[in-house]
Amino acid sequence: MPAVSKGDGMRGLAVFISDIRNCKSKEAEIKRINKELANIRSKFKGDKALDGYSKKKYVCKLLFIFLLGHDIDFGHMEAVNLLSSNKYTEKQIGYLFISVLVNSNSELIRLINNAIKNDLSSRNPTFMCLALHCIANVGSREMAEAFAGEIPRILVAGDTMDSVKQSAALCLLRLYKTSPDLVLMGEWTSRVVHLLNDQHMGVVTAAISLITCLSQKNPDEFKTCVSLAVSRLSRIVSSASTDLQDYTYYFVPAPWLSCKLLRLLQCYPPPEDGAVKGRLVECLETILNKAQEPPKSKKVQHSNAKNAILFEAISLIIHYDSEPNLLVRACNQLGQFLQHRETNLRYLALESMCTLASSEFSHEAVKTHIETVINALKTERDVSVRQRAADLLYAMCDRSNAKQIVAEMLSYLETADYSIREEMVLKVAILAEKYAVDYSWYVDTILNLIRIAGDYVSEEVWYRVIQIVINRDDVQGYAAKTVFEALQAPACHENMVKVGGYILGEFGNLIAGDPRSSPLVQFNLLHSKFHLCSVPTRALLLSAYIKFINLFPETKSTIQEVLRSDSQIRNSDVELQQRAVEYLKLSSIASTDVLATVLEEMPPFPERESSILAKLKKKKGPGAVSVNELEEGKREGGELNGGGDRGGDSSAIAASNASTPSPSADLLGLRTGPPVTAAAPSAGSLLVDVFSEAGVNDDGFLRDLEPPTESSDSLLAEGPGDSDSAPPSVVSEDPAPPLPESNELLNKFVCKNNGVLFENQLLQIGIKSEYRQNLGRMYLFYGNKTSVQFINVQAKPVEPLIEGGAQVQQVINIECLTDFTEAPLLNIKFRYGGALQNLSLKLPVTINKFFQPTEMASHDFFQRWKQLSQPQQEAQKIFKANNAMDTEVLKAKLLGLGMALLENVDPNPENFVCAGVIQTKAQQVGSLLRLEPNAQAQMYRLTVRSSKDTVSKRLCELLAEQF
Amino acid sequence: MMRFLLLFSRQGKLRLQKWFTALSDRDKKKIIRDVIQMVLVRPPKSCNFLQWRDLKIVYRRYASLYFCCGLEQGDNELLTLELLHRYVELLDQYFGNVCELDIIFNFEKAYFILDEFVISGEVQETSKASVAKSMEEADSLQETMEEYRNKPTY
Repeated sequence: MPAVSKGDGMRGLAVFISDIRNCKSKEAEIKRINKELANIRSKFKGDKALDGYSKKKYVCKLLFIFLLGHDIDFGHMEAVNLLSSNKYTEKQIGYLFISVLVNSNSELIRLINNAIKNDLSSRNPTFMCLALHCIANVGSREMAEAFAGEIPRILVAGDTMDSVKQSAALCLLRLYKTSPDLVLMGEWTSRVVHLLNDQHMGVVTAAISLITCLSQKNPDEFKTCVSLAVSRLSRIVSSASTDLQDYTYYFVPAPWLSCKLLRLLQCYPPPEDGAVKGRLVECLETILNKAQEPPKSKKVQHSNAKNAILFEAISLIIHYDSEPNLLVRACNQLGQFLQHRETNLRYLALESMCTLASSEFSHEAVKTHIETVINALKTERDVSVRQRAADLLYAMCDRSNAKQIVAEMLSYLETADYSIREEMVLKVAILAEKYAVDYSWYVDTILNLIRIAGDYVSEEVWYRVIQIVINRDDVQGYAAKTVFEALQAPACHENMVKVGGYILGEFGNLIAGDPRSSPLVQFNLLHSKFHLCSVPTRALLLSAYIKFINLFPETKSTIQEVLRSDSQIRNSDVELQQRAVEYLKLSSIASTDVLATVLEEMPPFPERESSILAKLKKKKGPGAVSVNELEEGKREGGELNGGGDRGGDSSAIAASNASTPSPSADLLGLRTGPPVTAAAPSAGSLLVDVFSEAGVNDDGFLRDLEPPTESSDSLLAEGPGDSDSAPPSVVSEDPAPPLPESNELLNKFVCKNNGVLFENQLLQIGIKSEYRQNLGRMYLFYGNKTSVQFINVQAKPVEPLIEGGAQVQQVINIECLTDFTEAPLLNIKFRYGGALQNLSLKLPVTINKFFQPTEMASHDFFQRWKQLSQPQQEAQKIFKANNAMDTEVLKAKLLGLGMALLENVDPNPENFVCAGVIQTKAQQVGSLLRLEPNAQAQMYRLTVRSSKDTVSKRLCELLAEQF
Repeated sequence: MMRFLLLFSRQGKLRLQKWFTALSDRDKKKIIRDVIQMVLVRPPKSCNFLQWRDLKIVYRRYASLYFCCGLEQGDNELLTLELLHRYVELLDQYFGNVCELDIIFNFEKAYFILDEFVISGEVQETSKASVAKSMEEADSLQETMEEYRNKPTY
């Protein structure tokens, strides 16, 4: 290839790039760059006129500095000067600088446009292409104003070179996209369409993108392109794999052009002309047939190109949605791909099937693949594929399979990735509502949703279940019974308390006949959750209480007493205090009749769009694709939604909403209450407490995530003052100092995630933990080894009481914000007999837990090893073996550490090398490790290099204790 | 239409950025950061596509370098994968056994080759021979080596 290539073009530039690459630190790099900037600035300002070469070199350096991520605020003028140079390379660099760095400095744009104008009229094709590329790259309105008239002329002129035509077509495309009003249709448009017939494949490839875009906006004007496109496509599809010479890509004839043609046809309905249509169907059939033929090459490029055309053809078939035959064939083809060994094809098949599912011809055919898709949801290793599977299940769901799909999605939710949980919850909620045949199933599903993924259940979801229960009297009794049962669980999510409070407040009377759920039992059950809830939920519960007074006069005195207590009537939260005061007053002075009127059952909600659907629409992404279809479905199946016949009285709603302290106003109006934001922090603060008690050790690297399902119990932990069995004054407020052996305990967990953290005669604490990137979740199991109760347990977010021999579980969510050295402290207090037990342990969270293993070849390893050569990046320890030097044990430990153990990297087979990246929120820290055992001396030498000095040091400390 | 193309190393260093729509510098930086981070954490052998906001991200790793682009919803993922491959082939054809260093030291060439291949986010020329010819013509307009050698370094 050309000898001029490779950086010997501009030696100064190459030297500068080398200098930058040799910089040992960010600071050194910045220093070098500033020096260079000063130099360039002085050259540009200097009296001596710079020659073109120097100008080019300095402009290029500026460009390089910009691409490193630094801001460049000068040099634009010099770049513009280069544009008018006669030397091609100078012009080229000038254009590149403008393309990458131009801002809308109008003065400059005028000068740039002048230069472009000169080049366009130069009749030198190379210069013309440069100018056209620049317009396409910048694409500003000023450029459109200047050139939108000129470029169509260049495009269709008979004497324009092919390469210029190609550039002109795509340049015009950019201008049309940015300023469609400036690109006027005219005589040139019909000639553009005929470029589809051009001899030169490259010209067709470029022009068709422009034609497609123009057709989308002006379908009628470009209608003739359909038959031209079909005949071109037909010629390509039927050509032998070598006919098209250089446009054949790995034995596939013109894949780019084929796909673009198929895309263009998707702008139009099926051709009306029978002959054209026949020819097109033939093409599509040929493409489907080719998929079954043995591949002409084993290269992935061949199969990718071939399948790219196939997927594009399937898109067209789905777009036409009129050929049942082709649709079913397409569906079968995708079905094959669903089980293909290539992950990419499985992903695309799931994606395509989503659109196919909405066609009436193929919906049933898609449904036959349900087991495969469910299996994908369960077993795919890649989360983006699982996401697609979930989308497809959602799309293929109908009345016949709703129960199965909802059940599968619910069970997937338990292990689903954090990133997609909220969307999954919305989808389950929508499907449950849309396809509910009986409302008890709907209520069950939503309550399950709250149980499994309570934290991801947004307000919209639980509002909706309440709206539906209010509007359907046949489900109210069942709903009351079910929430009552759900609230019995020792730990239930706050959202469950909200739903429970609302529903029992409205319909508790429907189950009050049963002595097991008598009014007082209901009230006590609700009130037992009260102290564990956030302010908005407490407010909701207070409203439920006043409703109880109306429903069940016999609870009046009990409830009044609660309202009267200092913790309510003098609550520091103004909203709670106001409610307590007003409700107390209302219950004592209002007559039964007045009470009955004010606290009447909620009127039905007006028919409205499901708030959940609105929420899902707001979320971007593939889930939104089928929203339209869903709405239609809802109109047919709208019976669930109460129906307008009952819900017409919106004025009644408005009235009841207006009377502020009325419970009906705020039961669903939490947003209007002042402490909306209090919900999240108060849930969070409990978790934070665990760590903040550690005082100095909590340097802020841990903070809770949105607590997931299982932690629902932790949200509802009893405050110290609320336990009736131990007077709070006895409890010592100070956490104990960490146990002396806690460091040792910590070291046990460096290379493993599960085990017993602590054990004494009374208590055993077990740990299970899992980590993914910078997130982790730890389950703590507190086992009572004695036969008596521990009371007033103070590890904060746990059950207030642990039965003898019983075990309770606590979940801690961990996010690694930045690297750290000290482990967080866990402080536990509880009463055993009369004595307060107080102990502090180090939670076994160490920096290595956030490793992501990195596989690399020997060459890469040593190259990176060399890059991390600054003294502070390395930490080394030489230490004596504590255990037998068994290779297998060592390997297991190193794997447990979380790094990738690299085989065949170190020249000495006795040595171990590992590589991994520590994921923290702030940054990623790449780390390399080398462990050299010396069996004779029973010693090890451990070397850790990482991009951050504190990390190297900490890893070295941690590991030195392990072997 | 392709919205952007990014080349970055396994260490997350950006080697080339090409934007096919107008964006503010701030938005660009955010996209670069998010996309690089997202792609680098993916385990090997994952699928080459992912959904990110309203874009399809298609990426492939060649030795130490990731080639990654953002597509609009209607675009063809598989073909884009091959578009990346064709770009690598073009670079390879020009540099001869191309490696990351070639792209670092000759970043301007990498841009020029891309401009011959893709404009406004659409493929303009898929023939290797045609692109090679354009580049050759351009290079024949270069000054001679002697001319360069005689220039001072700074």
